[in-house]
Amino acid sequence: MRTKPLGGPYVTRTTVLAAIMVAIMGFLVLIRFCLGLGSVTNLNNGFPWGLWLAYDMVAGSAIGCGGYAVALVVYALNKGQYHPLVRPAVLASMFGYALGGVSVLIDISRWWNAWHIVWPAYFNLTSVMIEVALCVSVYTTILILEFAPAVVEKAVEWTGHRGGNLHALTTTVQKVLNRVAVVLIALGMTLPTMHQSSLGTMLIPFGPLLNPLWQTPVLPALFLLTALCMGYGVVMLEATLVSDRFARVSESRILGLLSRYMMAAVIAFLAIRWSDLLYQGKLHYLFALHGLNFAFLAENALYLIPIILLWPMHRRMAPRYQFIAAMCILSGGILYRLDAYMIAYGRPGWHYFPSATELLVTFGMIAVEVLGYVLLVRFFPVLPSIERARTAVLATE
Amino acid sequence: MALTRRSFLSGVALGGSACAASIAAKAEVREEKTLPPKALGLLFDSTLCVGCKACVVACREANNTHPEFNTEDKLWDTPLDLDADTLTVIKAYRDGTGVTKDQEKDGYAFVKKSCLHCIDPSCVSVCPVKAMTKNAETGIVSYNPSNCIGCRYCVAACPFGVPRFEYDKTFARLRKCELCKPRLAKGKIPACAEVCPTGATLFGPVTVLRAEAGRRHKLVPGERAFFPRKTADSTDVHEKPAPHYVAETYGLTEVGGTQMQLLAGVAFEKLGMPALPKKSFVSTSETIQRTLYKGMMAPAALFACLLFLVHRSANHAEHKDEHEEEE
Repeated sequence: MRTKPLGGPYVTRTTVLAAIMVAIMGFLVLIRFCLGLGSVTNLNNGFPWGLWLAYDMVAGSAIGCGGYAVALVVYALNKGQYHPLVRPAVLASMFGYALGGVSVLIDISRWWNAWHIVWPAYFNLTSVMIEVALCVSVYTTILILEFAPAVVEKAVEWTGHRGGNLHALTTTVQKVLNRVAVVLIALGMTLPTMHQSSLGTMLIPFGPLLNPLWQTPVLPALFLLTALCMGYGVVMLEATLVSDRFARVSESRILGLLSRYMMAAVIAFLAIRWSDLLYQGKLHYLFALHGLNFAFLAENALYLIPIILLWPMHRRMAPRYQFIAAMCILSGGILYRLDAYMIAYGRPGWHYFPSATELLVTFGMIAVEVLGYVLLVRFFPVLPSIERARTAVLATE
Repeated sequence: MALTRRSFLSGVALGGSACAASIAAKAEVREEKTLPPKALGLLFDSTLCVGCKACVVACREANNTHPEFNTEDKLWDTPLDLDADTLTVIKAYRDGTGVTKDQEKDGYAFVKKSCLHCIDPSCVSVCPVKAMTKNAETGIVSYNPSNCIGCRYCVAACPFGVPRFEYDKTFARLRKCELCKPRLAKGKIPACAEVCPTGATLFGPVTVLRAEAGRRHKLVPGERAFFPRKTADSTDVHEKPAPHYVAETYGLTEVGGTQMQLLAGVAFEKLGMPALPKKSFVSTSETIQRTLYKGMMAPAALFACLLFLVHRSANHAEHKDEHEEEE
């Protein structure tokens, strides 16, 4: 067995706090469905897209790119030693995407027509959004199927004690899943490449409504690269946190090696972004001092710091620096996406800042992720067993 | 190890060449949109508008919208902007003492806001579910609530800020001017043009309206001139000294042109009409999408080489497992 359930208590301070946040969110969502979007959000006709879309969907899906980023290294670059990172990353991705999808359903005003995005008769093929919506729907399903082996493993074990038809059924399911795994994994790398870049293309119709420091024809490349950076970032963050919180063997060496892919993606992002600004002659926008420029500089600083921090080998292998670097990458990526979808967008004369209730719903979504992750790794075989992690570490040496 | 490197290199070579071939194979430029054959529209002449707001009231009646109160006594219908309950609105520019009409300095001017019915509408391009459509004959941009999922991409993308969503309703919908489609079907003209007392708002085929705008540009300021009411070819005309127009007609080139045309005595930017390039923004996004997704070639190629690589690496892992078990 490569992975095993962590076990331990389900009721802890973290899980109880998360459950309370989730309950508050449930209540607010109920109000939103009864009284309309305006009852809970500050959305208006100048800012029709707010926090729920920008954070929960656009940033959230990139936070959910851990599975995609690790799969690229493990399968496309054939680096088997990173395999222990795959299953926890897929779990986090499944949450990121599923909750992104749920928050879109809460955010769209005419939710009873939501099925139109998977019904071909309604497709408008010039719309970037239909591509994103379809692609995200399919990918979320793929993530569930990719995580399914962990659930089925548990079911096989459980039915094994009882024997009979049920056991035969679960083992058959396990075999089928194993057989289609190759296709699922390949699709699981193709789809995020498509929709993460399209999330950038989606902003191009906004023209000058999006600040020129963000509005560029290379948006699809920038969005794809931030998805990768954030994917590696979230895997590093998750692994450093898990080994700390659950007192597990640190995976710092394997993470140190993984971080070079993250650094490559970050450097590519910065190179494309700055050469595009230079090529389009937009650098002069940086000299006007106002809030947006600080946001722009903050994004770039948050991407530059991890490169400097992790450049020397001894720091790259240290969990503390890995944690700081991962936090920087994630915050930088989230800020970039919030800027592009919300903060750097604007119509003259309109203002938007998320309401308290709007923020509470987003916090509730994050709480669902925390709660779900803790419960699932305790119950299902997700995290690599300690012996296995050691072997993987040795293999890389 | 040699196997790993070889499979990796061959995979990269295969994937790289496939993707490069499909993407570098020339951008699929989306063709420029042209005026539909029987395009209908409005001509708004700011110099003729007296700010009576008869059009706003008539529009309410035609579209069943409700007065909006923005003063404390709640006795005036005072819409501040376009809204889900206000599909057209008259706004005013004012500078300094605000004495002289249609003068930029120390003057004032009126402008009518409503859907411009773009030739290459952003809302139609971005709508994921064909809730926004442009009629192939008349070019009227309409909204179909039964298709709409309420994503508000059209609201976010319109360069003019025209489509407006209802945020305070359980079963919300979008509202925008549809050029009084139901009235046209009954042989009537749009309500705003019907009631305009000075002919500031005219209805008609876009080609006729553009010709009328051209005629007005050629008038000598201060000389006797005639202005029709309701439609450009109407016999109901009134006489007035020709005003001084700014050089351009708004709506001829903006984001590929619009079916509503505007004439004014002050710069359009002062009237809140944004300066926009000739090329529509959606033609850029559509070109990018078409190039990347032409016949789904690039995604299919990417999928194929990833499938190959995953297969290779799965085989490799199996061999390694067997090897480990032997040990």
